[in-house]
Amino acid sequence: MTTLGTTTRSAGGQRQPLNLRRRVRPTERIIESVLLLCGLISIATTVAIVYTLVSNGLDFFRDFSAVDFFTGTVWQPKGAPQLFGVLALLGGTLLVSAVALAVALPLGLGAATYLSEYARPGSRRILKPVLELLAGVPTVVYGYFALRTVTPLLQSVLGDEQVSIFNALSAGLVMGIMIIPTIASLSEDAMSAVPQSLREGAFGLGCGRRRVATRVVIPAALSGIAASVILGISRAVGETMIVAVAAGSTPNLTFDVRESIQTMTGYIAQVSLGDSQQGTVDYQSIFAVGLTLFAMTLLLNLLSQRFVTRFRQVYQ
Amino acid sequence: MTTVLEREQRPLTSTKANRSRRLGELSFQGLLLGCTGVGLIVLGILLYTVFNKGGSRLSVDFLTSFPSRRPASAGVKAAIYGSVWLIGLTTLIAVPISVGAAIYLEEMAPRNRFTRLIEVNISNLAGVPSIIYGILALGVVARGLGLGFSLWTGSIALSLLAFPVIVIAARESIRAVPPSIRQGAYALGATRWQVTKRAVIPPARGGILTGCILALSRALGEAAPLLLLGALVFSASVPNDPSDRYTALPLQIFNWINRPQPGFQITAAAGIIVLLGVLFTINGVAIALRRRGPQTW
Repeated sequence: MTTLGTTTRSAGGQRQPLNLRRRVRPTERIIESVLLLCGLISIATTVAIVYTLVSNGLDFFRDFSAVDFFTGTVWQPKGAPQLFGVLALLGGTLLVSAVALAVALPLGLGAATYLSEYARPGSRRILKPVLELLAGVPTVVYGYFALRTVTPLLQSVLGDEQVSIFNALSAGLVMGIMIIPTIASLSEDAMSAVPQSLREGAFGLGCGRRRVATRVVIPAALSGIAASVILGISRAVGETMIVAVAAGSTPNLTFDVRESIQTMTGYIAQVSLGDSQQGTVDYQSIFAVGLTLFAMTLLLNLLSQRFVTRFRQVYQ
Repeated sequence: MTTVLEREQRPLTSTKANRSRRLGELSFQGLLLGCTGVGLIVLGILLYTVFNKGGSRLSVDFLTSFPSRRPASAGVKAAIYGSVWLIGLTTLIAVPISVGAAIYLEEMAPRNRFTRLIEVNISNLAGVPSIIYGILALGVVARGLGLGFSLWTGSIALSLLAFPVIVIAARESIRAVPPSIRQGAYALGATRWQVTKRAVIPPARGGILTGCILALSRALGEAAPLLLLGALVFSASVPNDPSDRYTALPLQIFNWINRPQPGFQITAAAGIIVLLGVLFTINGVAIALRRRGPQTW
């Protein structure tokens, strides 16, 4: 520390400028390594996730063929014969996610357009955090809302016999509300990043605000919007508590949203509540299902990031 | 807004086409406003139904009673103790590690492929479904490290869940500190750690704190990973140390929702009011902190 600002003398006696980088600061080294270690925990976490899922998943695939797992359409872990056709659970997941997306895509995109193109800065500052509140409500609360408020409402509108108590529709609708902020906030970022000159050019050609929004801003922000939608799907696919409470526990490959179904996450939750013994095939199946779920959300997230980088590169 | 619209579209000559175009503009704007409003209306309905159903059940007794077979005397005492323990431990584990990682990535990491790998990895972790963290903790912490279904296991799972969220928020507020501040400190002869500690962290502290609070409040409402970690127990005692078993508020609510007796629906709603009350208070604090910052340069 004392040599700061002075020069060092080399063996030949020539004066050389001080190389600050070569100063030894043991404490600083230690601090930096500790901080690096914190960063490495992220890598360790990913490795641990993959290791847990793969090693336990392989145990499961020793007892039940992987081909039958990925191509089978019947899921009856307690039945005879024991069948683990993950497509039945995947179908449930996709059905609920589709309903959720049907709600969240138009509403989220509409909200994003309003916030980016119409709202005054003052009202945007209030509306945005309030909209974010929707993402802050615990999902078990949404589950309660789906089961005790939305389902009875659907039953009174569509008829008691038409809609079962546990159904994909109410879980999907509520999940859609939950992912509105995901889609709205990322889409709004992408729309705000569209250069003002593009809007002004369109206004100059005589376009109204609606045309500017729908024909200029939204197309220009499309990759960011795509990223937000993919991220929204990934949230819907991984959501557990809403479906565990409201969607039922009947693995059922169907397109009828009024029926009870089971999603991948719902199955994992159900097994963890049940009395399956550790080490049995049906207990190990949660790792195989978890692996499928993890792979799906990972792919969706990577895809979403690819789209985000694209819009960042174009306009920023 | 209307004034802008009017100015922009004041017709040169009043024609039918102009009027219909203006109508189209207005209805489009109304539609968009409606889209923004739907979510908020649903949130309003949710709050109303929950309060309507569970409000009458709220009392000091409810907060200080253990769960019971009879809905009218069931309370959230064990769940509140469990949640406080969980969040306390999660704070102790997650905050230093996540903030440390954020400081490393922003201030110290060399720009190379390895750093890039850590960054991509963290943003992917942020997208991993919470129940996967439950599976991870079940396999590695509960069984691998032999910690069983203890508070340790639960709070490690929640810490891993909060980690990427805190890192991302903390990095953002560290990045908001302009480079000139760092250069000034370097010019005065400070070392890298001194620059970080004295010049970068103090102005970024508010943003980091807000990020931590928001991430921890999310962890507080999280139920999915704890389902796998045996937190859904009927417990008539409070945990005394981190190796005890526990239950948590969201799981207690889940348990009540799943019971067939109608009385438990009221108890569940009352539990939800308690949970939402705590969360909204925490979020309010975070928003107030954000209001006060960010420092302008």
